Amino acid sequence: MHEMAVTQSMVDLVLDEARKGGARKVKSINLVLGELSGVVGDCVQFYFGLMSKDTIAEGATISFNTVATQAKCRQCAKVFEVQESNWICPECHSVGVELVAGNELFVESIEVE
Amino acid sequence: MEIKVLKDILSANDQIAERNRALLDSKKVTVLNVMSSPGSGKTSLILETIRALKKKVSIGVIEGDIASTIDAQKVGEEKVPVVQINTGGECHLDAGQVSRALESLPLDKIDLLLIENVGNLVCPGEFKLGEDKKVLILSVPEGDDKVYKYPLLFSMADAIVISKIDLLPYAKFDVPGFCQAVRGINRKAKIFQVSCTTHQGIEEWTEWVRSSIRR
Repeated sequence: MHEMAVTQSMVDLVLDEARKGGARKVKSINLVLGELSGVVGDCVQFYFGLMSKDTIAEGATISFNTVATQAKCRQCAKVFEVQESNWICPECHSVGVELVAGNELFVESIEVE
Repeated sequence: MEIKVLKDILSANDQIAERNRALLDSKKVTVLNVMSSPGSGKTSLILETIRALKKKVSIGVIEGDIASTIDAQKVGEEKVPVVQINTGGECHLDAGQVSRALESLPLDKIDLLLIENVGNLVCPGEFKLGEDKKVLILSVPEGDDKVYKYPLLFSMADAIVISKIDLLPYAKFDVPGFCQAVRGINRKAKIFQVSCTTHQGIEEWTEWVRSSIRR
């Protein structure tokens, strides 16, 4: 829902890193997106087209690595993937978890020249 | 050439949030970030909190809305300093907006700052503002099934307020079931049940707010 703000921050971050690395052009961006972040890749792609215009990142491809939501059971320590909003431990069937993955939202790397 | 970045996209926001935090710490201001969907009763709870505490505690308010100054006017009638932020379409407040709003508030004279976020159960969770505590409100008519639909916010909250409990006789809302679901992903949150119409539970809530104040 907040892809405009997220994409603007991403463009700023990418341009900053590219500049520090002395790049002339950003060819690709590797993004890591957790399911729970609520960020929709298609929207990021759309805003990126607008926001990267006339920068060295214009035309760069974005690859999205989506991270599934993972929880760790507080009872038996089983780590499991949360599917269809089912947060009950598949091992011991108890309710009560810690979130271990799924809210990622970071730039892993960029490919520049 | 590949450049390893490994940086959070919202790290720029986080840095501003930390600056807000440092400023507010230096002024000994305690900050609550109040979040909920539209219409759950954020403004009503803030007004009740002001009415209950304003004689003992100096309060300031930041109102976040996509548009309008309706909420700021209501809060202003309580004679407390209030700043309205209009996000102009953005679905959440960010740390930069709060930083600018802080410039317009008499921080030296404020003990408690209540920030009313934009009505939304998704986006505000991602954007730190520099708050001490996150407060999440869910109203009875919204239903008891929201915990696992919006797990991020429910897992982060320091306090969860079930509002409009005077409507419990008319709406299906399983309070114990809801609390159990909350406990499933959040062990620390205090859970309150309030009605701003009948004032039930308000005292317990405001007591918690008061105990959260550092000054």
